[in-house]
Amino acid sequence: MIRPTLGSRLFDIVNVAMLVVFALFTIVPFLFVLSGSFTASEELLQRGVVLFPTKFSLDGYRYIFSTKTILWSLGVTVYITVVGTLINLIFTTLTAYPLARNEFIGRKPIMMLVLFTMLFSGGMIPTFLVVKSLGLLNSYASLLIPGAISAFNLIILRNFFQQLPDGLEEAAKIDGCNDYQILVRIVLPLSLPAMATFSLFYAVGHWNTFFNAVLYINDNTKWPIQVWLRQIVILSQGGIGDSQQMGSDYVAPPGEVIKMAVIIVSTVPILLVYPFLQKHFAKGVLLGSVKG
Amino acid sequence: MIAPGLIYFILFKYLPMWGVLIAFKDYLPFRGFWDSPWVGFKHFDRFFHDPVFWLLLKNTFVLAIYNIVFFFPIPIVIALMLNELRIEWFKRSIQTAIYIPHFVSWVVVVGMVYTFFSSEGGIFTNMLVDAGLPKLNFLMSNDWFRPMIILEVIWKESGWGTIIFLAALSGVDPTLYEAAKIDGASRYRQLWHITLPAIRSTIVILFILRLGNFLDTGFEQIFLMLNSTNRQVGEVFDTYVYVNGVQQGQFSFSTAVGLFKSLVGLCLVLGANKAAKKLGEQGVY
Repeated sequence: MIRPTLGSRLFDIVNVAMLVVFALFTIVPFLFVLSGSFTASEELLQRGVVLFPTKFSLDGYRYIFSTKTILWSLGVTVYITVVGTLINLIFTTLTAYPLARNEFIGRKPIMMLVLFTMLFSGGMIPTFLVVKSLGLLNSYASLLIPGAISAFNLIILRNFFQQLPDGLEEAAKIDGCNDYQILVRIVLPLSLPAMATFSLFYAVGHWNTFFNAVLYINDNTKWPIQVWLRQIVILSQGGIGDSQQMGSDYVAPPGEVIKMAVIIVSTVPILLVYPFLQKHFAKGVLLGSVKG
Repeated sequence: MIAPGLIYFILFKYLPMWGVLIAFKDYLPFRGFWDSPWVGFKHFDRFFHDPVFWLLLKNTFVLAIYNIVFFFPIPIVIALMLNELRIEWFKRSIQTAIYIPHFVSWVVVVGMVYTFFSSEGGIFTNMLVDAGLPKLNFLMSNDWFRPMIILEVIWKESGWGTIIFLAALSGVDPTLYEAAKIDGASRYRQLWHITLPAIRSTIVILFILRLGNFLDTGFEQIFLMLNSTNRQVGEVFDTYVYVNGVQQGQFSFSTAVGLFKSLVGLCLVLGANKAAKKLGEQGVY
């Protein structure tokens, strides 16, 4: 064992210090917003937002949960996230599995078809016109169907399926399984870590869905939470302070508190999913580095 | 089994590709796709002769350059720093912390930027004022638009960007370091002669891919940061397409603008891929 030199120790100290500073740079803004959302209005007016407030209050949360608007749009977002992720998983799996099977004759041309969509797209307006002509404008389906399959995830999943040993499928076939049974009983149970990773990425995408809703949904009773978040925090409109319009029985606390509470409410649920699936990240992302 | 997926790709990917033909027509919603008259390159002609074309090109170019200069190296540096950590739990805690912002939406990021930098009661703005410094207009000026965009990207994606480099670093043979230590190489020497060469090809590939996506400037983020006071530096191709197409209903003209961007983007990606192969790296396609 060679004793660490002075230079080496100094290197470690500086390195650790800089990483801690960067981690704080990442985390501290969240903490400010979290503290701010719990600060009592008197203190907020006197001292502004501080990391360690002395007077706490739940007024911000009480207010937004008493408004029909925010509560409903949270419901919309949960619905889109759950149903949308299920649609993603079903569509992606059903498409990836045949593409992974050697005996499927059409797989080469279909793979080319899929790959090309990653290089070139019709763009915003033609896609908008297609969605419009299918009559999907102003419907939740416009947030669920047009993004049903991510070509990138599809290719990664296909590669994952291809790595599974062929013998298992042959054995199942001899035992009388049809293709769907092989997929559900043999392939999927072996692919749970991959499925968990895809669920996470798709679910995060749906929870954060914003621009598609701006594009496809005019009716503000169908807006997901991210669109309301923009109205309230960035455009500073959407009836905050106007209890009547928001459908609240409470007198509104200061706008800052409401804004920060809405930020927390629209962020925390998806961050709660994070630790559960974190152990799969590295694996999932490494899957992504496997060449297509 | 493949039918739903195939229908999906045809309906939502290939039908819009066919739909770009309206860039060569005067598309009128009430006459429909088939009956609208052909006009050739009229819309492209108008776009290329409009001063806004150069403005969009310049804004996109400057943002991309800023991104490559100020953001691109950061994940590499952080990955190298993480790689030097020897206490496993500490490394994992730092990683957990810095990955978080990746999962937050751009609306939340820009929303937080507003609560910190707004000139009316922003947390950071107030700190500046308390410290006796002048109030700066971070959100409503041309000067601060680009720095704010890059700051947001650094905050949101630096941590996540380290993953691919850490993966490359985990493949380095530890005996190389042992041999170097016995030969008396300092930590800096080891970093320079072993660690950096190990991730060189990853850096080259990602850099080339970044060049391939040169025109993609992060649409949602810019859309959210844009307001009437910073359009001069913030307007890019995608936001221009949105305003002209969806808001003003100039479908054909904005499709032409979008098609121009898509085609140039396609050429850049294919060119970048070819460049990667020439440099002896694996191509991506």
